[in-house]
Amino acid sequence: MDPMAAIRETFFQECEEQLAELESGLLAIEAGDSDPETVNAVFRAVHSIKGGAGAFSLDDLVRFAHVFETTLDHVRAGRLAATPETLKVMLRAADILSDLVRAAREGTAVDEARCAALADELRALDPNGGVEEEDDLSDLNFQPVLVQLDGLDDLDDFELTSDPRHVFHIKFKPRPSLYAKANEAALVLRDLRELGELKVACDASDLPHLTEIDPEGAYLCWDMELTTDKDETAVREVFEFVAWDCDLEITQEGAEGAASGADADAEVAALLALVRGADQNDGEPVSAGVTESAMTGATEEPPAAQVVPLPVKQAAKAAEGELKAASPTIRVDLDRVDRLINLVGELVINQAMLSQRVLEAGLARASAVAVGLDELEQLTREIQDSVMAIRAQPVKSVFQRMPRLVREIAAITGKSVRLVTDGEATEVDKTVIERLADPLTHMIRNAIDHGLESPEKRIAAGKPEEGLVRLSALHRSGRIVIEVSDDGAGINRPRVKSIAVEKGLIAADAQLSDDEIDNLIFLPGFSTASEISDISGRGVGMDVVKRSIQALGGRISIASRPGHGSTFTMSLPLTLAVLDGMVVTVAGQTLVVPLTAIVETLQPKDSEVHGLGDNARVISIRNKFTPLIDVGRELSYRASAADPMASVALLVETEGGGRSALLVDAIQGQRQVVIKSLEANYQHVPGIAAATILGDGRVALILDVDAVVATSRVEPAFFDDAMAAVG
Amino acid sequence: MSGRELMAFRIGAQEFCVDIMAVREIRGFTPATPLPQSPSYVRGVINLRGAVLPIIDLAARLGFGTSETSARHVIMVVQVGQQAIGLLVDAVSDILTVSGDAVQPTPDVASEMAKSFVRGVLAIDGRMISLITLDNVLPALESEAA
Repeated sequence: MDPMAAIRETFFQECEEQLAELESGLLAIEAGDSDPETVNAVFRAVHSIKGGAGAFSLDDLVRFAHVFETTLDHVRAGRLAATPETLKVMLRAADILSDLVRAAREGTAVDEARCAALADELRALDPNGGVEEEDDLSDLNFQPVLVQLDGLDDLDDFELTSDPRHVFHIKFKPRPSLYAKANEAALVLRDLRELGELKVACDASDLPHLTEIDPEGAYLCWDMELTTDKDETAVREVFEFVAWDCDLEITQEGAEGAASGADADAEVAALLALVRGADQNDGEPVSAGVTESAMTGATEEPPAAQVVPLPVKQAAKAAEGELKAASPTIRVDLDRVDRLINLVGELVINQAMLSQRVLEAGLARASAVAVGLDELEQLTREIQDSVMAIRAQPVKSVFQRMPRLVREIAAITGKSVRLVTDGEATEVDKTVIERLADPLTHMIRNAIDHGLESPEKRIAAGKPEEGLVRLSALHRSGRIVIEVSDDGAGINRPRVKSIAVEKGLIAADAQLSDDEIDNLIFLPGFSTASEISDISGRGVGMDVVKRSIQALGGRISIASRPGHGSTFTMSLPLTLAVLDGMVVTVAGQTLVVPLTAIVETLQPKDSEVHGLGDNARVISIRNKFTPLIDVGRELSYRASAADPMASVALLVETEGGGRSALLVDAIQGQRQVVIKSLEANYQHVPGIAAATILGDGRVALILDVDAVVATSRVEPAFFDDAMAAVG
Repeated sequence: MSGRELMAFRIGAQEFCVDIMAVREIRGFTPATPLPQSPSYVRGVINLRGAVLPIIDLAARLGFGTSETSARHVIMVVQVGQQAIGLLVDAVSDILTVSGDAVQPTPDVASEMAKSFVRGVLAIDGRMISLITLDNVLPALESEAA
């Protein structure tokens, strides 16, 4: 890959992280977090994006980020209160920023009018409104205009005291990390010398006794006096690469006096204190920069453009450095992780094969070989778990996208909505997360568009005007459960039923339980919105959601209370790579039935099995008649029906919530199996979800329970027909 | 012009060959796990070092009738596009190095098999060896539509 393209790609990846940080920070502030570090984090995020964007000449992005950053800086400095209104504008600005990043990444156009409008809104928040010109002048230095005005006040003083040659006192104390990064103090000193006349004194007082010296430590400190016609920015530039790995003090002779003159103004003093406070957080001395900008603003030509980007870069680097220090991470190509997972899958299978061979060879369980194999098994399991953990990610990455969606839909529908998220740290496989975004988006849309009532109706119903949508995730018995609930009107059952009748999905006289009516919304082509809105799409809502959840091996269900709202519950496997299965025998073949589908297993009795029609059979389970499906015949393993009395029935629940009994010859046991694709080298086989390799090294097929149940219906009932079409 | 290498194998009394670059490995026969609702020439799937490999009974595929498998049968693992497929054949006989012009056009016969699989014939030591293409050995997807 073109190295520049690679760097660009990294920049965009980092942008995504910064945007996520930005949004979560803003949301935290909205929720009442008043920690200055949160504001700083938000500021840094925008700042880093701007810095990077500048490097790639993404002008639109830089311009908008700059306006945004200016506003944030006002918040950071306490000049702008973080009111809910301000935060709404900022959240929308964050949305625009992410649009701009995406546009820059994909090279697409952006809605310039929207950007400009929001940039104006941001500027309108500026407490110094209308000083944009000044702002441009100092541009990326983000120092408050107030200081510059004070500088102007002290203009006379300055002209008297300033000299084109500045004298800087520099105290430079490298830390060990400076040397560890292959920097060299001597080189820095040499560069300084080029700026002007340099007097250097080395302070070796910290140098320990030779026996105690750490060869990689840093003990020397330099005091320098530099007389130069360059300004302080140029001096700081020399330290650009080492600024974070040393203690650096730069003071300018004569600057103190000017500053103290300005100190007379109490406001400036307060401001400086604020800035200093911020510096301590940033670990970057800017306070001198304040006086500097006051001076240049007063005495010399306006700061030249090339000077400007420097502090930005520094701050961006500082922010980056902090991020890295917070959680050391590496970026790894997903393919590599997947390859590792595959290999570990092989290892598990191979280990199982080996154990089986050892048993077959008649070695005693207590023999050294068998014991060693047991240990190996434990190790391989552990490796497998750790490898799976690499792919596991908190659902936060998906949940984070939802607040924006909620804001947008709330704006379109004119509803007031609050989104509450819970359990963001719940971890699940990356593939699951990726494929969760679309169904979740659909469901949140539906919850706001269809679930929540209009503000007037809510008030009329005695509910708070603001609707509540709750998104939560938790681990439950080896699966992840995600719930989307709203406190809206709940499912309007009479209307759902009448629509279903109208669309020919159910018979007009069908007697359906409340649950069954609620489940009607999952039927293909069903849409409760009387008019098609551009939010919830063209009635492809819930059946698509259901299908994508099923494709992930998950289940979705709905619970609704009229007047109190609805809750959609999704239960998903934590990983798509392994599956808990029940290993069964059917007509001499070994099959794996996903454990999640199985409700119970039972031994059919003669009195319970009844014929229904010419070749269908049902089984009575606690006085409820359930279709009995002969798996062997369904998969054409055998022509004649199996004898139920010599078989085992697995009571399974299909995605539609219906139950069927699958007839198999025998149950071999329960096992965690590694899922292998049949499609990779072959193609989809009806009734089979995937394949796996068992301990004996042979391939076993994993049954697609829903497909088998669906195809077994020769004369499907009205309801089941539609369900079969979904599966 | 440099020679082209072909892998020759035997099914019943006839000899066939494929481009050696398509052949990944040759294995002894192992029983396959049958796949439901598949054409008769699909023997099933086997475990090839962790990958699920479909086994095509080439005799059945070419219309000679299903093979009675024995331990002497071999599986030729071939690469077709992105997929790896195991071909069940009676025996692998030879590696042939032939020049490009040694391949004669397929004689015009009525056989459907000849038309869809044979891409030319070679005369080697008085034997006739058919060069076959592997593009169509897997069942077409349409027939599998659920």
